[in-house]
This record gives sequence, C-alpha cells and structure tokens, in this order.
Amino acid sequence: MESERQFTLRGAEYSYPGAAEKALCGIDLDIRKGEWIALLGSNGSGKSTFLKILSALLKPTQGVFSCFTDNACDKTKIEQWSGTAIVFQNPEDQAVALSVEEDTAFGPENIGMERTEIAKNVKNALNAVGLSGMENRLVSELSGGQKQRLALAGVLAMKPHTILLDEPLSMLDPQTRREFIKIIEKEHAAGKTIVQTGHSLKEIRSCTRVIILDKGRIKADMPRKEFFDLTAEEIKTLGFEKPALETLFEMMKNEGLTDKETIPCVQSATEILLCRSQRKI
Amino acid sequence: MRKIEKIALGQYIQANSPIHRLDPRVKIIAAVLAMVSVFLTETFIGFLCWSIALTAAIHTSKIPFRAALYSVKPIIGLILITSLIHILFTKSGTVIFTWGLVCVTRGGIEFASLIALRLIAMILCASILTFTTTPAKLSEGTARLLSPLSRIGIPVCDISMMITIALRFIPTLFEEMQKIIAAQKSRGADFESGGLVRRTKAYIPVLIPLFVIMFRRADNLATAMEARGYVGGVERTSLHPLVWGKNENIALLICTAVPSAIIAAERTLFTLLG
Repeated sequence: MESERQFTLRGAEYSYPGAAEKALCGIDLDIRKGEWIALLGSNGSGKSTFLKILSALLKPTQGVFSCFTDNACDKTKIEQWSGTAIVFQNPEDQAVALSVEEDTAFGPENIGMERTEIAKNVKNALNAVGLSGMENRLVSELSGGQKQRLALAGVLAMKPHTILLDEPLSMLDPQTRREFIKIIEKEHAAGKTIVQTGHSLKEIRSCTRVIILDKGRIKADMPRKEFFDLTAEEIKTLGFEKPALETLFEMMKNEGLTDKETIPCVQSATEILLCRSQRKI
Repeated sequence: MRKIEKIALGQYIQANSPIHRLDPRVKIIAAVLAMVSVFLTETFIGFLCWSIALTAAIHTSKIPFRAALYSVKPIIGLILITSLIHILFTKSGTVIFTWGLVCVTRGGIEFASLIALRLIAMILCASILTFTTTPAKLSEGTARLLSPLSRIGIPVCDISMMITIALRFIPTLFEEMQKIIAAQKSRGADFESGGLVRRTKAYIPVLIPLFVIMFRRADNLATAMEARGYVGGVERTSLHPLVWGKNENIALLICTAVPSAIIAAERTLFTLLG
C-alpha cells in the first residue's frame, strides 16, 4: 500500500531575481510520507533551491507546490510553519543562541510551543543526537561535528514531519558522518520523511529513493534498489561513481557468484570470496 | 577558558547563589537603585554602611572577593585623577600643606576620598550584576524592562535578539580573523614591524575579507533563522521564561529598604550632629 503524499509539485519552476536561467524547471513530483529521498546532482543543479521550496523558504515562481501537514503540527500557534525543518551545510551559520540548550529551544520557541513541551522536546532531541549533558556548554566551545549535531537537535526539537538535509555531511569527518547518518536512520525509522542532498553515493545507502537533478530538471527518479542495480557504467553516465562495494557485487554477479537479491555488505563479500578461493584450492 | 570565550560570558562567574537565581529584571532594578543611592550618599558613615551592605551582597552571591576587587582595577586611573583634581582645587577647611601654588586643604582631601569611595561603590554595584547574570539574561531582562517602549515603535524584542546574536558570533568572528591573519602571514604578510600607522595599514587586507565573510554569514544565518520559524517582532514562547516570584519581591524589598535606610540614617545623623 502506498503511503499518503507529503509534498506535491506540479510544473514547479523557480528563477532567482535577475538570473537569466531558471534554477528549477518543470518539476513534477510526489513525495510520500516516510520516504527517504537522496537528491543528487552537481553544484548548481538546483538541489538547494529544491530544498528551499520544500521548506517553504522560497515559493515557486511558476507551478504548484503543496505540503500536507498532519495534525501533530496543528498545535503550533504560528501556522506559517509548514512542519518541515532543514539542516544546512555549514554548522557555523546555524546556531543562534549562546548555549546548547537555548539554541535547541530556539525553533520551538519561535513556533509558539508550550514551555513544558519545549523542555521535553529539547531533552529528547539532545538525547537523540548524543549531546545530553552538554546543555549549558557554549556553542562556540563545540567542535564542528558537535555543532552540526546541535543543528540537527534544533530541528528535531521542533517535531517536524520532514527533515531536509542540505549537504549536512560535507564539512564533517568520516567518523562523525557515520554517527550523523545513524541518527537520521533512527528518525526515518520513527516515521519521518527525509530529503537529503549529497555528492557521495556511499552516504545515501539508507535512502529509499534516488532523484537526480541536472540543470534544474529531474534527470532520473527511481527506487534506491533500482539505482544501485545500475551498472557502474550507467551510473557514470549519470555523473556519479558507484561505490567500491556495490561495484564489487556487480562484478561478482556477472561472474555468477551472487544473485541479484544479495544485499551488498563487506561480510557477505568476504564469505563468498573465501568460499570461492577454497574451492579453487 | 580561552580569552575569547570570556567575551560571550562577559564577567559572568558561574555559581549557585540566591543572587544568581534571581530574575535578571530585579537585579537590574536593584543595581540602578543602588547606584543612584550611592550617588546621593555624602558622608563617610554612609559609605561605611555601603561597604557593609556590598560585602554582604558579594558574600551572598558567592563571588570571590578578589574578583570583585579586580573589577575596580580598570578605573583606578580615573579614581586617582579625579581625586587629585579635587585635592588640588577644593579649598575649604584647614590648610594642611602648601607648596608654591599648591594648597591642600582638609576639605579637599575629604571630598576627594568621598568621590573615590563613590566611584568604587558604583563599580561594585554594577559588577555584582554582571558577575551573577549572563549577558544573554541581561539583554533579555533589559528588553523586558524596556518592553513598554515597543508601544512607541521601538523594536525591543529584535534589539535583544540582535545583542544575543552579536554575543554568539564574537568568538566565531575572532576565529575567522585568526584564520585570515594566518593565511596572509603564510603568504608573507607582515603584521609586526613598522610604526603604528604601518601596522594598522597591514590590517586593512584582513578586514576586507572579514567583512565579506561576515555578510555571507549574516545571510546564511538569516535563512537558517527563517527556516527555524523565526519571525521578527512576534512574541515568542520561552524555555526558561523570566519568573517574578516571591524571591524577587523579597529581593526588591531589600534593595529598596537598604539604600533608603542608609541615606535616611546618614541624613538624620548629619542634622543631629549639625
């Protein structure tokens, strides 16, 4: 059964004032509740503009955009808030308040949440991102990775139905990236819709659907499985590099070592290859 | 703690004292009341009372006495100069010492000491406020006290938000500046040699990229704030709302009663003794 729609775009276009070319053009799309969308594309392909439209920061200059808000968010006083929250690329530019706790409370305070509810949500959000116990630390004392987790906590505390991630990993180190993705995986499992942009295919393994933008248009839109089943060559023509692990599995499949259903992971690859070399001996 | 982080905290000293826990509004009112009363105090007996009252306040706030005394340090020069002027130019009472045109009188020394005591007491009043209240709370408290001004079109809430953001970004800007300086030093820029004019000029190429970065940051921050639901000039809820409770009433009572008592006692004694 297909879940309900979260966002709908029909013939949506956006052009920045004074710009000759349209940043987005002819976007027809339905995003369903609980989907995890990886939005790929080179720089200037319109990813950030697309996220800004989803978060209602920008209004399409042409066409229709609708966001379907569920009842959980109707308690908020400020109705302009669409229930969609966004984490940006640079962790430095997002914190507003001086202390970790105050900054996490900034969003909920803006949308008119009650005090007790803010306290509860801030506590849960800091817990979820692993910053609990640091409530009174100064934001300026945090490391880059901690600041980005703080930005995520600020978003989670607002109880959004959708989390938009605008290249949130590009300024983090590999270890912090993995931790960040784990937090997002948990939120997705809890039923949140996720839209994530990025460059590296390694970071989108948990998504459910891949959309590729090129010069403001949708170039490809397919389920994740289908995308990763494309050959390395096909993915290259789309402008990306297939991760080593998936490429290895593609080669093993071509050799008849695995079937299409095996989920690529290091352990199964090791097992299959060990088995094969033992048989050879 | 790094020096730069101190700016975000101002003079704030973390402690769990009844004064720390008070609503910033009552502390601001108390500091203003105390400073006005100190200004009205005119006798040594009055200042003796003040020293007892301020010692009691510092003790209750759990601030180290050393820190409180250090807060007077920046204005020692001002105190000395004012005192000297008063010693030299006040001519009243018995003459103690003459040397050429210089004539020091008993009245002059008394007046100079009173001025010095007044300045020290005022600084201590202000310091107790800033030692026990974070700049963020101070700005929030001031904004709430001035909120009637929003009726005549002054955006008090927005000004308070601006102060908080400025405090938040001072360390970030400082870091940014250090990075630019390092980058330029690595390419042979010279910030140390030459006279004052030359050294000042060397900083111009630092300020230009710093301004560019600042504007870009401001733009990103504005987007991030908007995305987090901030709308300027609209009433927001608060995780830690300012609460004016029983303790605040007691504090206000003490802070009105003590200065009034000091001034009243001083005036009565003054008239009694003629």
